[in-house]
Amino acid sequence: MRRLWSSLLAPRGWRTDIPVALLALLLGLGFAVTVRTERSPTGLVAARPDQLATILSDLGARNQQLQAGIGQLQMQADALAGGDAAAALDTARQRAQQLGILAGTLGARGSGVVITVTDPARSVGAAILLDAIEELRDAGAEAIDLSGVRVVTSSSVVPAADGTGLDVDGITVRAPYRLSAIGDPQTLDEALAIPGGVVDTVRRAAGATVEVARRSQVTITSLRALQTPRYARPDPAAGSP
Amino acid sequence: MIPLLGLVLGLVLGRVFGLSAPLWLAPYLPIAVVAALDAVFGGLRARLDQVFSDRVFVVSFIGNVVVAVVIVFLGDRLGVGGQLSTAVVVVLGIRIFSNAAAIRRHLFRA
Repeated sequence: MRRLWSSLLAPRGWRTDIPVALLALLLGLGFAVTVRTERSPTGLVAARPDQLATILSDLGARNQQLQAGIGQLQMQADALAGGDAAAALDTARQRAQQLGILAGTLGARGSGVVITVTDPARSVGAAILLDAIEELRDAGAEAIDLSGVRVVTSSSVVPAADGTGLDVDGITVRAPYRLSAIGDPQTLDEALAIPGGVVDTVRRAAGATVEVARRSQVTITSLRALQTPRYARPDPAAGSP
Repeated sequence: MIPLLGLVLGLVLGRVFGLSAPLWLAPYLPIAVVAALDAVFGGLRARLDQVFSDRVFVVSFIGNVVVAVVIVFLGDRLGVGGQLSTAVVVVLGIRIFSNAAAIRRHLFRA
């Protein structure tokens, strides 16, 4: 084994060694240069046209795939952000309108009835008007106005301090009282006209008259200022968003 | 011994001078290097078989490199560059392996 190594390494004379050494030098040079070229950032510069064509077509296919992916993701993003947000906004707006009408912070317009009560003898008390309001609510009235004061769930109707009429939420109103209600005109009218109902009671009061007129368009412009509850707080567990 | 020194010198020179291949040559250098490597292994084996001839070595070295580069070049022109270069590399690889096996048998008797 040592003989082989030494025979391998032994110089064989200049005629043999010089050409072989030169070629070996070329090989070493070529090796180093190739490694450097392949490793350089523009390693593509060493690629053959064939390889470049393959790389190009691969990149083209990949590009198409990614473009399709982008399109899909864009649609998803639009659906998630745009679609839902718009729908949610719509729902919120509608809700706000409904609540506004019920709370009296928005004017309302629609079919309904207008009730006119004359009371020359001051025999129509607050109780009768309150009954009328309750009756209207039971019959599905969505907005009620009493002589220019918006009537909501927290409204109070009491005899006026000076005895000349009624105090509605602190505002004095005098006969003739004009009660407007928006709802189904027929239902509201019939509710008031039941035996022993509001119409009957007013007619029994001395000197008072009542007239119920169905209207296809009742406009209520009176508003009620929104009052922040002092004691009540929203309960997140109960109620829908 | 001298050839080995030559090889090492070539590697060092290439490294130190930071040479990069010219553009027209760059695609064919890897093939040329592998072809040269095959010739070198062949020479080593010939040496161990005691049949080394410097003339044969030089001719086979240059011949291998030229043939390999020409084949790949023609292949590129014909549009089968990828396949032909693969074929050349495969054949050279087989030859290198068989020469290496012979050398191994000589050196390690195994």
